[in-house]
Amino acid sequence: MRWLRAAAVALLGALGLARGAGRRERVVQPGEPAPRSELVVAALLLGAAACAVAFCVFYATDSLGHQTQLLGLSLGGALALLSAALIVTGKRLVVEEELEEDYPEPESPDEQEQVTAIVRESARPLTRKRLLAGAAGVAGTALGAALITPALSLGPALDTESLYDAPWRRGTRLVGERGTPYRAAGIETGTFYTAFPEGADPEELGSPVVVVRLDPAALALPAERARWAPDGIVAYSKVCTHAGCAVAIYRKPLFAPAEPRPALVCPCHYSTFDPAAGGKVLFGPAGRALPQLPLEIDATGQLRAAGNFSGPVGPSFWGVRTRRPRST
Amino acid sequence: MIRRAIRFLDQRSGSAPLLRKSLRYLFPDHWSFLLGEVALYAFIVLVATGVYLTFFFDPSTAKEVYHGPYAPLRGFHMSHAYKSVLDISFTVKAGLLIRQTHHWAADVFVAAIVVHLLRIFFTGAYRKPRELTYVIGVLMLFITLLEGYLGYSMADDLLSGMGLAIGYSVALSIPLLGANLALLIWGHPFPGDPSFWSRMYVAHVFILPVVIGTLMFLHLALVASRHHTQFRRQARQTERRLVGVPAFPAQAPRSLGLLAAVAAVLFLLGGLVQINPVWQWGPYTPSLGTNGAQPDWYLGWLIGGMRLVPHFDVTLGKYTLIPNPFWGGALFPLSVLVALVSWPWLERRLTGDHAAHNVLDRPRDAPTRTAIGAGFFTWVLLVFVAGSADRVTVAFGLSYPAQIWVFRVLVVVAPIVVFLLVRRVCRELHQAELIERDRERAEAEARQAAGARAPRPA
Ligand code: FES
Repeated sequence: MRWLRAAAVALLGALGLARGAGRRERVVQPGEPAPRSELVVAALLLGAAACAVAFCVFYATDSLGHQTQLLGLSLGGALALLSAALIVTGKRLVVEEELEEDYPEPESPDEQEQVTAIVRESARPLTRKRLLAGAAGVAGTALGAALITPALSLGPALDTESLYDAPWRRGTRLVGERGTPYRAAGIETGTFYTAFPEGADPEELGSPVVVVRLDPAALALPAERARWAPDGIVAYSKVCTHAGCAVAIYRKPLFAPAEPRPALVCPCHYSTFDPAAGGKVLFGPAGRALPQLPLEIDATGQLRAAGNFSGPVGPSFWGVRTRRPRST
Repeated sequence: MIRRAIRFLDQRSGSAPLLRKSLRYLFPDHWSFLLGEVALYAFIVLVATGVYLTFFFDPSTAKEVYHGPYAPLRGFHMSHAYKSVLDISFTVKAGLLIRQTHHWAADVFVAAIVVHLLRIFFTGAYRKPRELTYVIGVLMLFITLLEGYLGYSMADDLLSGMGLAIGYSVALSIPLLGANLALLIWGHPFPGDPSFWSRMYVAHVFILPVVIGTLMFLHLALVASRHHTQFRRQARQTERRLVGVPAFPAQAPRSLGLLAAVAAVLFLLGGLVQINPVWQWGPYTPSLGTNGAQPDWYLGWLIGGMRLVPHFDVTLGKYTLIPNPFWGGALFPLSVLVALVSWPWLERRLTGDHAAHNVLDRPRDAPTRTAIGAGFFTWVLLVFVAGSADRVTVAFGLSYPAQIWVFRVLVVVAPIVVFLLVRRVCRELHQAELIERDRERAEAEARQAAGARAPRPA
């Protein structure tokens, strides 16, 4: 029995050799079979499938469909198991070959020559190369400009006056978010209020102002603004002159003499402005003072603007200058 | 069966030679070569999840009143854009999972690119003949920053609005043309024309992804055409001869496994770890701001740059010429970009090394490069850290202005110190190795000599 099997093997081997002689060599090197690892990979793949099915089930079940954690866990789990299967495949099931080869030639001088020659020789019949190149350059530039021109429709690029717009004028009432007018008597010290021009778009940069009440004796406004702060109430643009964030913090000293003076602070890069001194920059990167809005108190005790801001609102740009904004 | 399929393909496309070559393309084996792959796979997840999100997102600033399931915001006026992001988070099944996975993937994508860039830099992989590959990679990084910025700006929540205001100011601050440029892009002074939203949208979901995808293709094509670089781990690895594992079968399951692993991590993060809960920020309006606002990590260095710059505008009498945001928001990233892109040529100037290189340096092999890179990285990193000084103030009560002054000094001093230190360490390591090698050689010679003299065992 044993010798029979041996003979068969020998015969098959001989046949194989005879057949193999006419064939090419192996490309991929032979590897060791690893039946155990195959089982592991199969198990991992089935696990991945189970997780994926679980994901579908979670999704379809009404009470679980919005459970982001379950969905993430099942889908992520499926992918993780798939990844494990692939990595085991790479490490155990696939032949580990380390091959060498030459790096590609660093260059092909002949071809370079040829290409140069093709270009040069094609241009040889031309007698007015300079002229042609110049004309082509002009045409290219002009055409490029023509093709870019429609992009100007994107915005008023050539007219930057609108950057000076602010919807305040003499007599505009200061109103809250809901449109209720602010009364001077309602403005308390130690906190700040956000106000908008009545009837204007509150989203415009020129709209929001912060209103605070200070001790009139502590005010140090420039001389020409002496009457801008009735009863010590001052208003400044709420838009930081550094980079346009809302000046949303009011620093109020809790222990007056020991701590720094009251200040308006921008949370983006911590520019700090002095509300008592015309919005002067105390700290931080802002380059211009906060524009001040002149105030007056009307006969009914409500706060109104006495004109437009002291300077342009919002972040600076090339050539921006300290002039009164345009009322819209 | 396989043979039939391949024959079919080859007869119609003539692609069998190419196919054979690609299957046996050699990958040198080193873990750090996978960093670029991680970026690629994060990008794939980004595209897939992003496409899904476009089916639900509405890039419109038209206002409506919220009546959805999230009670704290009911009755708020908000844009369609913000409302649709809330809907993706609360009403679309699996919407929040996909949204958070998308956001995480963006963060991981940029992180992978940055670490990949560090690897390329410190091993000198950008040298001839791979400068183009490198430059394209750096460009991709910067375009990706813009892409990510647009992505989280579109949601129209409070944080994204503050980010846009800053972006607008940086555009305005560009010398000479800033105002024109900003008005062109925004269509109207901030917060801009309603069409600005469709501009952001088309840039985020179409133009920039196509640009990134194209650059990525070029990047990979160039890598393949010059082949991978390699570390010298065996004697047979030389400038002319490459040793590695073939794409198929050895490399393919590993790479696919990495793809699945990256996707798994991203979906697990997306499902389990909350990111950018826009419903907590509320809708944006220019009159609102919040303290401690932080952008996505990869923009932290710009916030830091803008915060560190001293109060300094270029002015001419009553006119402001160059406003402050320009320095930290535009000039700083621009100089980082220029420095990175020009580095390979700069180094060639400095060292006079014009040769092509396929074998990588270890950081210690090029002390000056390593030191310059470490100093440069320290500089950017410090600016990045300075961007979170306000968090430190909140958490530990350290005075904010004091911290800013410390950082202003550090960003000047630390890079120099790091440069000197790193160069020293590299040189010492290198020296030590040379000495070691000499000693080994001497010992070997001595042993040989001794062996030659010793009587042969009978
Ligand atoms: S935006 Fe206010 S400090 Fe920068």
